[in-house]
This record gives sequence, structure tokens and C-alpha cells, in this order.
Amino acid sequence: MTASTEKEHPRAKLLRMDRIPHIWCPTCGIGTAVNVFIQALIESGLNLKKVAVVSGIGCTGRVAGYVNLDSFHTTHGRAIPFATGLKLAHPDLTVVVFSGDGDLVAIGGNHFIHAARRNMDLKVFCVNNFNYGMTGGQVAPTTPVGAKTTTTPFGNFEHPFNLVHLAVSSGAVYVARWTALHVRRLKWSMKEALLKPGFSFVEIVAPCSTVYARRNRLGTGLDLMKFYREHAKVQHGMDPRAAEIQFQKDIHVGKFLDIEKPTWLDGINEGFSSVFGKKYVPYGSKAWLEMRSASAASAVKASS
Amino acid sequence: MHADPKGVLTGSYFFDGDFACAEGALAGECRFLAGYPITPSTEVAERMAQRLPLVGGIFIQMEDELGSMAAVVGAGWGGAKSMTVTSGPGFSLMQENLGLAAMTETPCVLVNVQRGGPSTGLPTMVGQSDLMQARWGSHGDYEVIALAPASPQECFDFTIKAFNLAERYRVPVMVMMDEVVGHMTEKVVIPPAEEIEVVPRRFTEEPPGAYLPYRIPEGRCVPDLVRLGEGYNIHTTGLTHDERGYPVMTAACQEGLVTRLVDKIRKNVDDIALLDQRDLDGADVVVVSYGITFRVAQLAIEEAAKKGIKVGQVRLITIWPFPEKRIREIAKTIKGFVVPEINLGQMVLEVERCAAGQCSTTLVPHPGGSVHDPMDILDKIVEAAR
Repeated sequence: MTASTEKEHPRAKLLRMDRIPHIWCPTCGIGTAVNVFIQALIESGLNLKKVAVVSGIGCTGRVAGYVNLDSFHTTHGRAIPFATGLKLAHPDLTVVVFSGDGDLVAIGGNHFIHAARRNMDLKVFCVNNFNYGMTGGQVAPTTPVGAKTTTTPFGNFEHPFNLVHLAVSSGAVYVARWTALHVRRLKWSMKEALLKPGFSFVEIVAPCSTVYARRNRLGTGLDLMKFYREHAKVQHGMDPRAAEIQFQKDIHVGKFLDIEKPTWLDGINEGFSSVFGKKYVPYGSKAWLEMRSASAASAVKASS
Repeated sequence: MHADPKGVLTGSYFFDGDFACAEGALAGECRFLAGYPITPSTEVAERMAQRLPLVGGIFIQMEDELGSMAAVVGAGWGGAKSMTVTSGPGFSLMQENLGLAAMTETPCVLVNVQRGGPSTGLPTMVGQSDLMQARWGSHGDYEVIALAPASPQECFDFTIKAFNLAERYRVPVMVMMDEVVGHMTEKVVIPPAEEIEVVPRRFTEEPPGAYLPYRIPEGRCVPDLVRLGEGYNIHTTGLTHDERGYPVMTAACQEGLVTRLVDKIRKNVDDIALLDQRDLDGADVVVVSYGITFRVAQLAIEEAAKKGIKVGQVRLITIWPFPEKRIREIAKTIKGFVVPEINLGQMVLEVERCAAGQCSTTLVPHPGGSVHDPMDILDKIVEAAR
């Protein structure tokens, strides 16, 4: 690329341009979610060197591979526990988990509720496209009743999870839902989530026109966007229990929860400090960092 | 480099193997443990939960073993020396992310205090039946390192060794204890920190931009690790990847990567594999054993010697990689190997493979729940000597 004739894409610095083109289908909502995420990161004012992204497996699981940050593409369902280890070993990082609905709440469902319960300081961004896209469109724990997938060829008869309700009731401190149409509001929520200490959850309802929409005859990517425009109802602070997503019915979007609660690390630091007093060096604190580097330095000195 | 004195509880103690293992981990500079309670390994986690807060470390009890192992791999990338500890079914659940650790070359330690299986099996009673799972438990081709302590002192020593090997070869290293070793109480001596050798994590000195996460610096057998949060913007994946850490879905990339993952251990077997060899000169029968069974076999060996049988011993300290070459050499000079193990035939398969018909190989099986009756081992020694 010659700088004189072509302008660099405004997001290029935060994307691994040597990996573009990406694998996502035309009209897929994941690209939009990533674009918004990058804008949110830029506007958040965070030191981008200190932001890490962890993904699991699936279409959205590929996000970690495209963002130009310290990034980890892990095993199916285990993005949250991997991120938990990463965050606790390196507490000054802002750790984002970017993955899909199947990854986060089916195979990874147990980790999701427990990380929320602990209020682990993770920012979890979940692209919900109502099915397993990468494997060709199978039923997911988010598939609305009645929707067809390759493994529910006669329609899905199982109750789906309502992700915002799940997150709120499991203990998250920040919970929002938008669709891939709501790029500005999504950016605003992602920014808030990035800056909020604790388990923050943003659901991004996104089109999968290649498999989910095609099998359900929902039209093109543009038709899906039109559907979101007509059927997404912004209702901040609504009871998340009432925000269940039903097949081709209104989708309640907005910010459902934004509360303050000590994070897991705050909790143990406070707890151990009260038990051990000054003997306890709060984990992740300045004194802790000094203690760690002092230990390493004394060991090096003695060995040299 | 010597150990950080903060984690070293110098002195003489009366410890069980589980506690000794925890102290070994701390001396080996482990500062992160994610685990899930399961008998007979829980005491390791309990001791770490008590000790880690005051040495600047983290203990977290996860929701299951899947998450525990995933958190250990994540913590490894976060820069911590990390470990988990489990038994029985928990070991099965950890295989998934053990594979991720092997594929992403994450140094970490997994302690398995073995009990009887399969399934829930004998939760409180001894087994040695996870040896093959330690080697082959996750899907795909990879190599690991596994050590088998036979006493609480060795639980301490070998856990330090495990952390050092994990750093040196960037592999998951397993400490394959067993219930008896884990729960037996004996004298454990913890030396002063300056007498404990630890291998520090090797972080790259290359600047961001020049560093590639899976490029091997000259003269090294594994790539250097990297400090996060410093603008390296590294990527790592469980997919087949190139030097940049980027996924590459080709047979050629698979060949290069997987061959390297396997060769970094296979080509260094002589440096890694440790075995204790005794009385091999002129021996007719050689008992090959490991863990608690090594100690149980001593009575049988003494009795056999009284009967005039020349018995030698090989004790496997490193179970994996298997000391193939040495077993082949010994096989040429003896009548037979006798292999007692608390399973129905696992390591005996390796011994038999290496013996390759040059001598007999006899298993002394025991399905678990107790150690062998030494007389059963004696009978097989007598048979093999004929």
C-alpha cells in the first residue's frame, strides 16, 4: 500500500491486516461487531497494549485472530476460564472475551455463570446468531422455539436461554443487548463495559444469512437489518425476564443492568487483608508488583 | 537461578506426599493454582489455598476440571508459573486443555494423584492406571513429560523438577503420584532457597515487530515466551499455526508444527529421562517399577536374592518420555523383565516393545485398591529366572 495514494483504513492499526480477508460470510454480523468493538476500544482511552482478547471456537471464535492485540484463540467453551487465568496472572490487563452463543452458553455455559457469579473482571461480548454457524447451522441454546436448523429440521421445540436474564441472574454487573444494526449504541455499551470493573456482558444479536436466515427463509442480510429496525425495541432498564427472544417477534434491546459490586480480586484482597493485616500484600497492587520484581531480582543476583 | 525464598519453607517436616507436592510447587515458584476438589488430591489444593495468598500468588477453585486446566493455560500466558491438581475422572476432563497447552507450548504442571478407575472407581484407594492416559489422553500427536515420585520427599523434589522441565521444553509436565504416595507421611527436608535450582521463564529480548511467537531462536529447542501488555500483540491458537502463531490449514504446516512438538521431547529423551538403575551387572531378572510399586517390590527382590536369583532393578523416575534406549540395552543381557504395576498392563507394553523379544517380559498385574502383595512379585521373579 502506498501512503500517498491510498489512505489507511481507520481501523487498520487494530486489525491484523495480514490476515484479511477474513473468513466471515457477506452480511454476517460478526464483522460489524468487531468494527464497533475496535471503535469502542479507540474511544475508551484504554492503553491498547494492556488489552487482551480471548475467543473460543466457532465463527465468532475467530475474532481473536483478527484483532491486533495480545489475542488468544482457545478451546471450545473455555474462553472464559482461560481468560480468568490470564486476568489473574496479569491483573493490569483488560481482558475481553469475544465469542459466540454456542461457545459461551452451551459448551461454556457453566464457566459463564460461574465467572458472572464471581464477578470476575472480564468483558464478555457475545455475538448471538441463534445457531452454530461454522458447523453449518445446528440448533443452539439460543435458537428460538419454532426456528429450523439442520439438527431441528422440523423446527426447534426446546426452550432457549434468554442471555441477558442469564447474565443478570448469575451476577454480572453490566448487561446490555443490541443488534448488529445498532452500531452507535452498541459502541456506547461496549465502551461502558470495557471501562467497568467486573463481569460485563454485551449481547449482539447478529444476522447469519448463510445458514440460519436461509433455512428459515428470512431473506437477505438487508432484510434482516430491516427486521431489526422494525422489531428492535429500545427499553433501558427493563426487567430482563421479559426480554426473551421469540422467533421473528420483537427484540428488546438496551441496557438492562449497570450496578457496582466488588470484583473477585477486590473480594479476595479485602478478605485476606482483614485476615492477615499488613502481612498480606494486595494482589495486583503496586506493592505486589514491587514484591514480585524484588524476588526475581534477588534470585538473578544470587545466581550470577 | 535459585528459588525465590518467599515460597521456600526451609526445614525438616513430617509431611504427606500431597503437602510435600504443594511445598515443591511453591519452591518451584508456582504462583497460580486453579483446581477442583477431588480425592485423593484435594490436600494439595488445600495447602496451596492456605499458602499462596502470603507469597503473592492466586488460588482459585474453579467450577470444574475443564475450567481449571483452561485457567492454568491462561495463567501461563499471563506470565505465571501455573499448575492444577486432580485425580481419576478429573484427569479425564483435563485432557482437552492439556492438548491446548501442548499445542500452544504453554509451560504448566498437572499433578495427578492416581486412584482406582475406570470412572468413579475407587476414590480413596490407590491405582496406577493413568499412565497411558498421561501420554495419549488428549487427541492428536504430541509429547509430554511425566514423573513418578515414590515418597513424600520425591513429591517435593519432583514437583520442582516438573516446573523446571515445563519451562525448559515448554510442555505440560505431569507429576503422576498415586494415592499411597500422596497420603503416606514421612520426613521431608526442604533445603534453603539458594540450594534449590529453578529455571526462570525465558522471555524474548526481541522488540515488538521482530519477535515471532513460534520462531525458535538459534541454539534453542523451543521458542521464547513473551510478556503480555507490552505491545507485542501476539496471537496464539489451538489451530495448526505458523511461526507468527497464525492458523495455516495445510498438510505442510501440520507436518512442520506437529513434528517439532513431538521431536522437542523425542530428540531430547537422553536429557529428560531419568531412571534409577540398581544391580544390573550380571542380573538375570530385572524388575521395572515406578511410584509406590517400586517400594513394594523391594521385599520381593530381597527374598529373590535369598533364593540365589540375581535380580536387578530399573525404577522409572520419568515415565514419559520412556527410556527406550536403556531398556533395549538391558534386554540384551538378561533373561527377563518383571513389571509390577497397579493396573492390568500399561508400562509393561512399553517394556515389552523395547525388549523386542530379546528377553521375556512378565507383568505382575494388580487392578488397584491396595498395593501388591510382594510375594506375587516374588513368584514372577522366580518364574522369569528359570
